[in-house]
Amino acid sequence: MKSFGATMIWAGRRFLSSMPALFGVLVFTFLLMRVLPGDPAVFFASGPNAGKEEIAVIRKQMGLDKPVPTQLLLYLYDVGRGNLGRSIMTGQPVTTDLRDRLPASLELTFTALLIALVSAIPLGVVAALKSGSVIDHGVRLFCALGVCVPTFVSGLLLIYVFYYLLGVAPDPTGRLDVFTSLPPPRTGFLMIDFALAGDIDGWWAAFRQLILPAVTMALFVIAPLARITRASMLVSLGSDFVRTARSVGLSWWRIVVTYALRNAVLPVITIAGIVFSTMLGANVLVEKVYSWPGVASYALDALLSSDYAPVQGFVLLMASVFVAVNLLVDILYGIADPRASMG
Amino acid sequence: MTGTTLRHAAWILRGNPLTAIAAAGVVLLILIAVFGPQIVPYDPIASNVSQALMPPSAAHLAGTDQLGRDTFSRLIVATRLDLVIAVSAVGISFVLGAVIGAFCGYSGGRLDRTVGRFVDVMMAFPLFVLAMAMVAALGNRVENIVIATAVINLPFYIRFARAEVNIRRNVGWVEAARASGESHISVVLRFLLPNVLPAMAVQMSLNLGWAILNAAGLSFIGLGVKPPTPEWGIMVAEGARFISTGRWWLVAFPGLALMLAVLCFNLLGDGMRDILDPRMRT
Repeated sequence: MKSFGATMIWAGRRFLSSMPALFGVLVFTFLLMRVLPGDPAVFFASGPNAGKEEIAVIRKQMGLDKPVPTQLLLYLYDVGRGNLGRSIMTGQPVTTDLRDRLPASLELTFTALLIALVSAIPLGVVAALKSGSVIDHGVRLFCALGVCVPTFVSGLLLIYVFYYLLGVAPDPTGRLDVFTSLPPPRTGFLMIDFALAGDIDGWWAAFRQLILPAVTMALFVIAPLARITRASMLVSLGSDFVRTARSVGLSWWRIVVTYALRNAVLPVITIAGIVFSTMLGANVLVEKVYSWPGVASYALDALLSSDYAPVQGFVLLMASVFVAVNLLVDILYGIADPRASMG
Repeated sequence: MTGTTLRHAAWILRGNPLTAIAAAGVVLLILIAVFGPQIVPYDPIASNVSQALMPPSAAHLAGTDQLGRDTFSRLIVATRLDLVIAVSAVGISFVLGAVIGAFCGYSGGRLDRTVGRFVDVMMAFPLFVLAMAMVAALGNRVENIVIATAVINLPFYIRFARAEVNIRRNVGWVEAARASGESHISVVLRFLLPNVLPAMAVQMSLNLGWAILNAAGLSFIGLGVKPPTPEWGIMVAEGARFISTGRWWLVAFPGLALMLAVLCFNLLGDGMRDILDPRMRT
């Protein structure tokens, strides 16, 4: 643990070095929304037949009559104060809307990531251990097919099977059915809030709503995770240290888990970061399929009704989450492999 | 050289029937895209309400939708639009990415650093979200789906071409070309680029599947393609309303079409990698 301080310093430096990217994201989002064709003032006006004067007034209100660099500075100032503008749809500040809905998205994404990791790592390990067997071919077939099925199709087919045919899943809309009342909000994560409130029926209701969308999202990312686990496990199993461990007669379990898997997990961590990015995108599709009240479906509704502040806020939020996750991946990598944080 | 490569390709295909099947699948897809509208049994946008929401039968192989349109005909006709979107998007990012990446890798220095920063920023976005935002900013049209898909693919091609050119910039034949008075631009375009193209073509095939999924995802959420145009993503979106009442065919068949198309391109890409990878040559 004496290297813990060193790791933290290194993590701090990594954090600082991700700042330019985050700044770039801010500028890019700004440019995307303001400079490209499409006049935000027209969006904000009352409708398609708003008069020229009305649009001019709105343009002045929004500061759109100022030169672009000034607008950028104003925008950065606003973002710095946590002001992302106001949504026309809900009439609320975008920051408030996003804060209300983010837990729903995060609960879904993290549950999906957990399901994906818990199923992909054992699959990959077994495929590598029994390389060339029926199980191995089965896993590889599953991986090849898994990346080909769009999330929105697998989600709808899961609804068909589990809701329509088998009747075991609840009505696939939202986070809770209409008969269950919300738990006292503490974290915003329904499963945790119900557990804290000691409400077992409520927890079960939330779990039943969550499981199908989470599995849908997990299905899409199990394939890359299992594939990389299998590949790096094969390398690790063929290495000298595993041969040495075998030759000194260590138990099978110890060789596989302590020696081989621990070394094989590094590439999996790296891929998990990339996979998370895919999942943030897939969130949009899954939330639409299951009418999940998260940030992605909020941004999508806004986008389809030309309400542009929420979209901008959402893109910014997703990019920030992504930068944060990449930082986390780097830190985990540094902890798992001390050599990485030395360089 | 071509003769040997072809013979080698044939040899690989014999040993790897999956690649041969995938190649046949891609050829079939292209044929369907070209001749589809001529061979369909029904008009893909003519509604016939008396035949609405019929399950698959001999008359309607993939059933009918809520307006009584034949799903099978719509699937066939949709192939062209889906392929055109994916191929043109990947084509644009391939050409731009190869040229930009090659010049960065060859010249290094300030250009390389600037482009590198730009690529880093783009990679800091979840790509599907970036594509969504771009379609929103540019306007909700099919061309913009192509542009958005091309832009989110661009960083990968720039990085790939840059790396491939960078390791070759000082090898003997490049020195020789420079020594014989070729300009820098000519060295990059006529000597370096042709050498990295095969590897990039593999990348392109692997990428096409992803581009198809992406474009279908965008039209599923209501961007780009407008009804009643037949397109796989929007067909799934229209069918989604009927899935909880058990009309599975409206989702399953477009889904199957998407899956098969992506699978063919992925398997073909894997196979091409085996053919072009020197380590596989004996």
